[in-house]
Amino acid sequence: MRDVPFARRDLISGAAALAAFAAMPKSANAQGEHVLRYGMAMADVPLTTGQPNRGAGAYQFTGFTLYDPLVGWEMNVDDRPGKLVPALATSWEVDPSDKKNWIFKLRPGVKFHDGSLLDAEAVLWNFEKVLNPQAKHFDAAQSAQVKPRLPSVASWKKLDDMTVQVTTKAVDALFPYQLLWFLVSSPAQYEKLGGSWEKFGFEPSGTGPFKMGVLVPRTRVELVRNPDYWDKTRIAKLDRLILVCAPEDLGRTNALLSGGLDLIETPTPDAVPQLTSRGMKVVGNVTPHVWNYHLSMQPGSPWLDKRLRMAANLAVDRDAIVQLMGGLAKPAFGQVDPASPWFGKPNFKLRYDMDAARKLVSDAGFSKSNPVKTKFIVATSGAGQMLSMPINEYIQQSYADIGIQIELMPVELEVLYTAWRKGAADPSMAGISANNIAYVTSDPFYAIIRFYASNQIAPAGVNWSGYKNEEVDKLAAAITSTFDVEAQDKMLARIHEIVVDDAVQVWVVHDTNPHVLSPKVKNYVQAQHWFQDLTTLG
Amino acid sequence: MLITILRRILYALPIALAVSLFCFALVHIAPGDPINAILPPDAPADVVDAVRKTYGLDKPLPVQFGIWLWKVLQGDLGKSLATGRDIWPDLSGALQNTLTLALAAAMIGFPIGIVLGSLAGAFRGTWIDRACVGTAVAGVSVPHYWLGMVMVVIFSVTLNWLPSMGASQDGSGGWSLDWEHLQHLVLPAITLSVIPMGIVTRTLRGIIGEILGQDFITTLRGKGLRRPGVVVHVIKNAAPQALSVMGLQLGYLMGGSILVETVFAWPGTGLLLNNAIFQRDIPVLQSTILVLAMFFVALNLAVDMAQSLIDPRMRRA
Repeated sequence: MRDVPFARRDLISGAAALAAFAAMPKSANAQGEHVLRYGMAMADVPLTTGQPNRGAGAYQFTGFTLYDPLVGWEMNVDDRPGKLVPALATSWEVDPSDKKNWIFKLRPGVKFHDGSLLDAEAVLWNFEKVLNPQAKHFDAAQSAQVKPRLPSVASWKKLDDMTVQVTTKAVDALFPYQLLWFLVSSPAQYEKLGGSWEKFGFEPSGTGPFKMGVLVPRTRVELVRNPDYWDKTRIAKLDRLILVCAPEDLGRTNALLSGGLDLIETPTPDAVPQLTSRGMKVVGNVTPHVWNYHLSMQPGSPWLDKRLRMAANLAVDRDAIVQLMGGLAKPAFGQVDPASPWFGKPNFKLRYDMDAARKLVSDAGFSKSNPVKTKFIVATSGAGQMLSMPINEYIQQSYADIGIQIELMPVELEVLYTAWRKGAADPSMAGISANNIAYVTSDPFYAIIRFYASNQIAPAGVNWSGYKNEEVDKLAAAITSTFDVEAQDKMLARIHEIVVDDAVQVWVVHDTNPHVLSPKVKNYVQAQHWFQDLTTLG
Repeated sequence: MLITILRRILYALPIALAVSLFCFALVHIAPGDPINAILPPDAPADVVDAVRKTYGLDKPLPVQFGIWLWKVLQGDLGKSLATGRDIWPDLSGALQNTLTLALAAAMIGFPIGIVLGSLAGAFRGTWIDRACVGTAVAGVSVPHYWLGMVMVVIFSVTLNWLPSMGASQDGSGGWSLDWEHLQHLVLPAITLSVIPMGIVTRTLRGIIGEILGQDFITTLRGKGLRRPGVVVHVIKNAAPQALSVMGLQLGYLMGGSILVETVFAWPGTGLLLNNAIFQRDIPVLQSTILVLAMFFVALNLAVDMAQSLIDPRMRRA
């Protein structure tokens, strides 16, 4: 028998030892604590000082966990869209004598995590924090996040200890929606930490359902249940929630499969069968988001011809794209989902009909052998862009079949954002007739007005196309001066009908904001929004 | 020796300046806007302009570079545009993690490379040589991000033996020599080690083959020196060159682990750079590149010093 350095039993015992190591408890709940590890699709922990950066999706992580807004969003329902609900303000109303003045009654007895009380002074201090560059405690980082979300605010003042008046630049009935983004930090904690927002980020104090445990930049943040939270219906079910930065879809999915995480957002679509076969639960819901093309309405754009715009909508097989996305998407029949009160009853039904599309292209004077040629600027990948290039290339092929020859110009998402803000009329957009930014459509302004009102034409806003329609403009103006929500909804629906019938964009799919839960996660309510309530996790 | 060190440090200054300037220019030539690191993408024009002014991004590029350089000279790397935090604490933590990973990869890749290279050099032309060279070629040819993903699928997802991401279970950001941390290091370190392993193998094979063909080896053998004695002479002669290659490789590991760190969400400088690039977080990008460049220069200096200590001929040179 040959003398070998390792016998088979050595290998077996080695493997057993490795397996024993692997079997060591990986989660942090060894002492009876109820802890979950949540993989965020983010490269860094969003700002913890009050106003999170990294978009709407970040509010669920370090926004509504640590802090509260004056006006909240109903996040604990999943079978219908949420609505505005009282949060730190128990009520809000417009002053009938001057509809630019909004009166907010503050909730009594609310304490920040440091024990200080919420009052009108604290709220004013927070407005100063983000809107007054001359204020001593002004924070440019927080301001940059929320100032774009508070375009209507002109001034603010205290009426009494628990009442605040905010004055808007013009009458704006949609103003309460803006306050969803405005979160309130503790002035006392800021002073205690020597007036340093950097220190505050590591020892934050809000009024939210979680307090912050440990923050490791770029790696994780641990949130600890706040048992004294003022809203007893939102006391966190978990003792601790560990939010882990896991920016790569595949890495995040693999970490869930290997037990390194307990739930994740946005898995890779092709991993869905494997995830479900391992007992994971894929959860999604109607989400205010749309993957679309904004079509240029500038001189020389082929999309000035409505027939081509309609054809482009009819040549998209949305069901196939949903299939490509592993079911993690919903076909888009307009800017918003048909379940939205703003959908209305458009006459132009978005469907997959290549014959009808070919006919429209032919009527416009083009064909497969004589195609209309144009260029789309698209993202290579990025948050909200889903499977950007595969979807774009799929649509490119489909369009080629009806006589629309698209040249894709792939750029990084950050570059596409810059192009988005500049608008189709900008000289840098010469030759480009469509922009492929997917975005949040969470409230009347974000879903409808900013894209179709002519006063929002880029660079003033993000009406990238330069779309202008008198009726839409009148309705948009009327909405901002109508304080009856039902009437607002009807007008928003009318705008939606107009823009769908006009085929202003090519609407493709809505994101479903998919999450995957390991069997360890017993409870989770996914709201029909990017804002989620992590206190429902159990 | 002291003068040599001082001279090399002086040489490093223009290198640092050139690297910073080059990096600054490249970032601004590339499409995109650093304002994207700060603002939501749909921020209106008036807010964009105001924020651009607040952060000094409205100033001419040479002025922006000058301001940054002046602060760096005073030891202030500035603040991240994306987070508003001081750059140095994040960067130093990331450096520590990358150094840990690079050293671990070196500790795996270099010894294997030395053994394979020595065997290949000593048994040139035989099946041993072919096997060693084949392994080396595979090491430098296989994309390491792909290898990393395959290892994750096998050892994390399928066998569930090792974690697939992060530097530790508690995410403390620190590192210590225990299984809690080691288990996170295994897969990225192996993945990162394959390229230096291949390069060291090929380099040593060449050096040893060349040394074995030299007259003094024949002389040594002719004098009746036994094989272990010859090996000692071969190692002594091969060491300076091998050290030089390994030093350079360690430098590459420090600066070139972007893909591996991204695959394993390893919170090092590679991941920091990756995020800074995509966010156009220019201060972070410049500071990280500057520090890595300085590290590379320092490493080269250290290698040169070590070579001088090992090889008297270099001291004379």
